[in-house]
Amino acid sequence: MYPRLPHVTGYLTEHVAEDDFVTLEGYRARGGWLAAERALREMSPEDVVDQVTASGLQGRGGAGFPTGQKWSFMPSDPDGPSYLVCNADESEPGSFKDRLLLERAPHKVLEGILIGAFATRAEKTFVYVRGEYSRAADVFESAVEECRTAGILGRNALGSGFGHDVVVTRGAGAYICGEETGLLESLEGRKGMPRKKPPYPAQVGAFGRPTTVNNVETLAHVPHIVANGPEWFRGLGTEESPGTTLFGVSGHVSRPGLYELPLGTRLDEIVFEHAGGVPGGRKVKAVIPGGLSMPALPAGQLDVPMANESLRERGTFLGTGGIIVMDDTTCMVRVACVTTWFFRDESCGQCTQCREGTGWLHKLCERIERGAGEDADLDVLRDVSASMEGQTICAFADAAAWPVQGFLRHFREDFEAHVRLAKCPFPASFEL
Amino acid sequence: MVIPEAARDAIDAAIGRYPEPRAALLPALHIVQRELGCVPLEAARELAAIFAVAPVEVLELLSFYNLFRVEPGGRHRVNVCTNLPCSLRGARALLRGLEAHLGVAAGETTRDGRITLGHEECLGACAWAPMLRIDGDYHENLDLEDAKRLLDGLE
Repeated sequence: MYPRLPHVTGYLTEHVAEDDFVTLEGYRARGGWLAAERALREMSPEDVVDQVTASGLQGRGGAGFPTGQKWSFMPSDPDGPSYLVCNADESEPGSFKDRLLLERAPHKVLEGILIGAFATRAEKTFVYVRGEYSRAADVFESAVEECRTAGILGRNALGSGFGHDVVVTRGAGAYICGEETGLLESLEGRKGMPRKKPPYPAQVGAFGRPTTVNNVETLAHVPHIVANGPEWFRGLGTEESPGTTLFGVSGHVSRPGLYELPLGTRLDEIVFEHAGGVPGGRKVKAVIPGGLSMPALPAGQLDVPMANESLRERGTFLGTGGIIVMDDTTCMVRVACVTTWFFRDESCGQCTQCREGTGWLHKLCERIERGAGEDADLDVLRDVSASMEGQTICAFADAAAWPVQGFLRHFREDFEAHVRLAKCPFPASFEL
Repeated sequence: MVIPEAARDAIDAAIGRYPEPRAALLPALHIVQRELGCVPLEAARELAAIFAVAPVEVLELLSFYNLFRVEPGGRHRVNVCTNLPCSLRGARALLRGLEAHLGVAAGETTRDGRITLGHEECLGACAWAPMLRIDGDYHENLDLEDAKRLLDGLE
């Protein structure tokens, strides 16, 4: 049996345990492709955009932008080709939901792609899969081939008169290619260095043409919205953040894994009830709620609904829904070392604040962990991270600065103790 | 010519899938690496000629993207994920243990040319940590003994 099945399923992950769900026949036998048939044959692109806008679906790739609104930016009367890009470059540490959808529900993602392409009048979709997910890319390519043979894709998709094809492109190991314009550069055969905006991809995207970039999970919600209507979707989750999402729980919990739950489910419910809490009778010390780039919360602040409107009040965000749990043996300076190393390693280097700032953050954290830090280092950490925010071409520098600010905000005493004792006071913490 | 003819055909097919030929440069690098085990300088030169770009533009891609390599390394590439979710569950201790077991440091190749050991950033297997990747395949929920057995079984 597939070893990575979700512990809690919902409409997105129903059937993912069944092996034939990855085939066209198996997907159709469970009602698949009916929503796309309805959209392409009975609806106009505007109708589809209106439905998705009315559903309130927010992008699930980290930024949470309203999907229908993004689609509405695309030209209705383009003077040449438009494109859809499916961002399958899942690389945010703590996130592993898109991999499940690609490997176990490829036709659902493809159905969302075809509907999204129809709504945005895209003639081609490029699915950019991170290079490390070679297995997922193989499964997904087989599904594309089945759909070409069956006439679901091609000049006359589903017999509707709408022409569409899907190309799978493999990345090659660069976190920054998850940033949408870094992805576009990579897709065009260049280093994945993000572009200045404006122009936005809806104006000038892939190959100079209007382009929509949507995350894998975002597109997987779309067939369900078309099939069941926006009201149904709004009946799940919170008023501002409707629908379910795939929370990934990792770190110090008894049952790490994926959980499909409505947005707005409380973080403590996910950590303690669903994931079984911290094993070995230990206590929670910190939880990162949305992937490595989001500020961590201390144990006392887990009574928060997992939706952007409520997490924002605690100074953090939903991100990609990757929940990383740390127990009370954990040294937060070591956590900061691992985090800052990652961002230092992955900075594309084109903006000074990011290229230099990520290096400084890492050097300072390492010095403090070694026991060689000084009181003033904490202020330098704060100042360097503040000077990176909002100063660069893309949000990577912010994503590198926020976690450090979170660690300093809630776990300052860990940093101070290292300086005071001139060594790490957490001998039982995970090894660096 | 170091790029074999079959690979050349696959590269031409890739070029046909994109609105601009240059977009097939990354796919072409994957194709070459699959055939040759790496992308040697001579292959990079040939790719530059095929795509009508300066050789340095191909070399830039080779240094920017982690998955490409210019030297073949060991027969198997073993990479331990050491990002935070894996580290919390002992990935770095696992990597140290494998370094000791193989007698190499991360980034090095065993003397018999069997294994290049390395570490890698998040591979999207956070709930099944610690884990490592052997060539294209994931091996998850490992302890040091499991991992040693896996490596000992490699040809």
